[in-house]
This record gives sequence, C-alpha cells and structure tokens, in this order.
Amino acid sequence: MLLGNSGFFGSEPVQTALIVGTCAALVSALIGMFTVLRGNAFAGHALADVSSAGGAASLLLGVSPLLGFLGMAWIAAFGMEFLGVRKVRERDLATGIVLGAGLGLSALLLYLDVTTTSTTGAAVSVMFGSMFAIPRSLVGPALMASAAVFLLAGLLYRPMLLTAVDPDLAAARGISPRWIGLLQLLTLGLAVAVCALAIGAVLATALLIGPAGAAIRLSRRPAQAIFWASVIGLTAVWGGIWMAYESYYWFSGNAWPVSFFVVTLVFLFYLVAVLVARVTGLSARPKPVIWPHCEA
Amino acid sequence: MSDPILSVAHLSVDLGGRSILRDVSFDLYPGQLCALIGENGAGKTTLLRSLLGLTAQRSGQVLIDGAPADQRRALVGYVPQKIALDPDIPLRTRDLVQLGLDGHRLGLPLFSGRKKALVDQALYAVGAEAFADQRVGELSGGQQQRAVIAHALVRQPRLLILDEPLANLDFGSANALVALLGTLTHIQHIAVLVTAHDMNPLLPVMDRLVYLVGGQAATGSVDEVVRPEVLGKLYGHPVTVLRHGRRILVLPDVAAEDAEACTAAHMSHPEKAD
Repeated sequence: MLLGNSGFFGSEPVQTALIVGTCAALVSALIGMFTVLRGNAFAGHALADVSSAGGAASLLLGVSPLLGFLGMAWIAAFGMEFLGVRKVRERDLATGIVLGAGLGLSALLLYLDVTTTSTTGAAVSVMFGSMFAIPRSLVGPALMASAAVFLLAGLLYRPMLLTAVDPDLAAARGISPRWIGLLQLLTLGLAVAVCALAIGAVLATALLIGPAGAAIRLSRRPAQAIFWASVIGLTAVWGGIWMAYESYYWFSGNAWPVSFFVVTLVFLFYLVAVLVARVTGLSARPKPVIWPHCEA
Repeated sequence: MSDPILSVAHLSVDLGGRSILRDVSFDLYPGQLCALIGENGAGKTTLLRSLLGLTAQRSGQVLIDGAPADQRRALVGYVPQKIALDPDIPLRTRDLVQLGLDGHRLGLPLFSGRKKALVDQALYAVGAEAFADQRVGELSGGQQQRAVIAHALVRQPRLLILDEPLANLDFGSANALVALLGTLTHIQHIAVLVTAHDMNPLLPVMDRLVYLVGGQAATGSVDEVVRPEVLGKLYGHPVTVLRHGRRILVLPDVAAEDAEACTAAHMSHPEKAD
C-alpha cells in the first residue's frame, strides 16, 4: 500500500497529511467563527464548491492545485460581492447563482481532465480530497496560505468582530462594513483553498463551518470560541487521519478515505456541542427580565 | 454659554435625486437633551447619518465641536435603532463594551487594566454590572439597549446619539431608559440627541426639540415649537395642540368647510346613513 510500512508517524504521506490537515483545522477555526457569526455559512460553502473548478483547471494547466482552488475561490468572492449582498434574500440568490455556474464549470473541466490528461481520479480527488496523496511540494505553499490567513484575520480581528455584531455600530466608527465584508471573503478564500486541498472542495465547508458552529455554542467569548473550534477541528483531522490509516487493517487492505472520517467526526462533535449547550443552558433563549425599578 | 458641541446649519440632503432634508438648522450644547421627533420618512435617520458623517450633504454644514462630522467621530457615541444580537453570539456584555473602546483598531486585543477600568465605568454608568458577564444574546431588549449604550459611552463621547431607543421597549424599560438619559445629560453633562415618534415619554428630560415634517424642521424649546401656528406651517395644514396634564397631542384639524360638506352629503342621502 502507498502508505508504506514504516509506522504511522514514519510514513511520508501521513506526515504531509498531518501538516496540511493541521493548517486546514486552524485556519478554519479562525475564519470559520467570523463566517458563522456573519451568517455567511452558505457563502462559505459556495466558495468552497466553486473552488473545485479551480482545482480541476489546475490539473489541465499543470499548476499547483492550491493556486487553482484559491484563484477560483477569489473569483467567486468578487462575483458574489458584485452581484449584490444587501439583503439576505439577494445574498442567498447571488450566492446560489454563482455556486451553480461554478459547479457547471467544474463539471466541464473535470470531464476535460479525464479525457485529455487521463487523470482518472481527478473528480474524486478535487471534490472529496485525498489527503494521503498530497504532494510533499504543496506543504510549503499550504503553510504560506495559512500564515496569510492568520495575518489578515489577526489584523482585522476587531473590525471584523464589530461588523459581525452589528454593521451600523461598525459604520459609526468609520469602519466600512462593505470593505470588511470583502476582505473577510478574500481571507475565507485562502482558508477554503487550504481546506479544499486537505479534504476536497465539496467537503471543505464541513471543516470551515462545523467546528466553529459547535464552538460558538459552547463559548462566552470570541477568543474562547476560536480556541474550542481549533480543538474540535484538530481532533477531527488528526483522528480522521489516524482512523483512515488504521482502516487499512480494519477492512483487509481497503483503506477508507480520510475525508469521510474527518467530516463524520466534525458532525459528531457538532451534535455533542448542541447537546451540551442544551443541557448547560448556555444557548438558552433570552428570558424576560423585570426591571429593578418596577419591582418596588 | 459655552460653544455648541453640535451645530447644524442650513443642512439639505438629497438621496437618489429626492430631497430628503431641506434647510435644517439647530445647535446642541453640552448638558442638553434634544429630541428629534418625526414620523417614518420625515428624514430622522438621514439627519442622524449626516451627523455621523455617513451621508453627503447638498448644502449647509454639520459641525461637531467646530469641525466636520467625519473628523470628530471620537467625540460621538452612536446607538443604532435595530440591534438584533444573535442569541448564540459568543460575546459577553463587557466584550461588546470593550469593542466600543477599540473595535476600530487593527491587530489583536491585548489585556490592559486601564481598558478594563473604562469598561467597568461604562457598565456602571448604565447599570449593567449585573449582566456584564452574560452573553449579550441572552439579555432582554432593555438590557441589550443598555449594553449598546455602554458600548457608545465607553470612549467618553461628548455627544451621544440614539436612534429610536424607545421603540420595542415595554413601559417600565422605557421609563428607566429615559431616566438614564436624563442622568447622562444633566449630571454627566453629555449632549444627547434622541429620535422618537412620540415626544411624550421624553418630555420630562427634554431641553430642546427638533420637529421634522417631510424634511423640514422647527426647532426650539417644547413651548416654542409645539404650537398650532408653528406646526401648522410645518405640516402645511392646520393642527390642534392638546395638552392634558404633562401629555401633548398634535392632531390635524378638520377644516370647517370639509366638515360641512360631509354633513351635507350625509343629510342629502339619509337612506344611506343607516
């Protein structure tokens, strides 16, 4: 088997998967929180799906898939911003239309991949990822893209948070919610590219939204939410890589895909978070409160 | 008297080719509460946006402490009308208040004792200490309103602007809020500008009134503005001003000839009256 028999940590594909997977989990935790807070989960999903066209194009052009994912995610980000995002309904519509067009393009490019370059596994690898097949040469670019996400999100942390809380409050401070929104989408595009490389374009959303969504239910503070999202994301990614590696022995030589395990673990964590939040009453609905003045 | 903190002179604003505000002028001094009264579409929100430096004016000027509004943002605290805070947002009341202090800054927030002291002071000023460590999404409407006022107050503004703060509040919360605004104005000596549909809840604390009708304003004290001849001119239709105790009601007059015409029509078709 391609993983070799040098043990879990000794295997080069496992090492590469662990590095890229760690990057994906950490950038997702950071930018995922802002994406969930702004109600941009669908936009994030669309960026990831559309980026599959970039991944497919990169195989045709012979460039790095990371560049392909990133380029297409950014084009989609500009497209959604240009088509209008003023009202929630319009935003969903613009997002859906860009999503449809992007996946259509992806269908064509993947067809061309298979017919002209005979890259047979292209569709599965672009859409659903194949973590143990990531070339070692992509580790550097993945680390750089992740560093860029940390830099941008770190720099814009407070303006993005204030805009997510209420765009009017941000505008009164001289922050342009529109610019912040666009910069946030571009940062999200970088994170999408790293996640798409790790677990595939279609499944990237699971990592981008799931851990952040779970962590938000468990936290009182934004930094706490990012911390828990990182813990959940890393556990899912590392656990998924380990389970996929071990599954080679469970299913007599037919290892199951890493992406399946990662996404399933994220889903389970989300369920647990919802239950914990219910039981501890952390995300209870607001209760009516009587003013102290009125009790007298 | 000292210089006005806010000075609006002959302000006219057009939006999308339509004239929204026409020749609005008023001054606001520290320690005064000014109510901006008008119906939906009268131009209240546009006027507030001009004061925040978010809308370009056609003519006239808005000066805050003697300078254009967009250069004096640090002096202005703003409480927007609709604050729909997501119940799940992982943000405590004190985090929201701290964003009022440094939310526009780049980079990660660092802990500082000075900042914490300012945040605690703002929480105390609005009576929000009891829910300072609760998530803002879990608070009631009145508590959220206080949290956002603390957010606006934490930078110690000299002018506090509130857009429809009494909408969606029950009577008890509304009275408590009016009392708080009175304290901020008359004890802490901040200039406060409040928009509302109805002037009555604000009458006990109001020093000045800007009455907006269709983009034009009458300004002055309540006794100067709320008079049939002033408001009648503004509405372009005769009005009656009813005072009952400490309440004021402004009603459009029914012109005598119209009333007679109605009666005449009624009399000439008695069979339709039943």
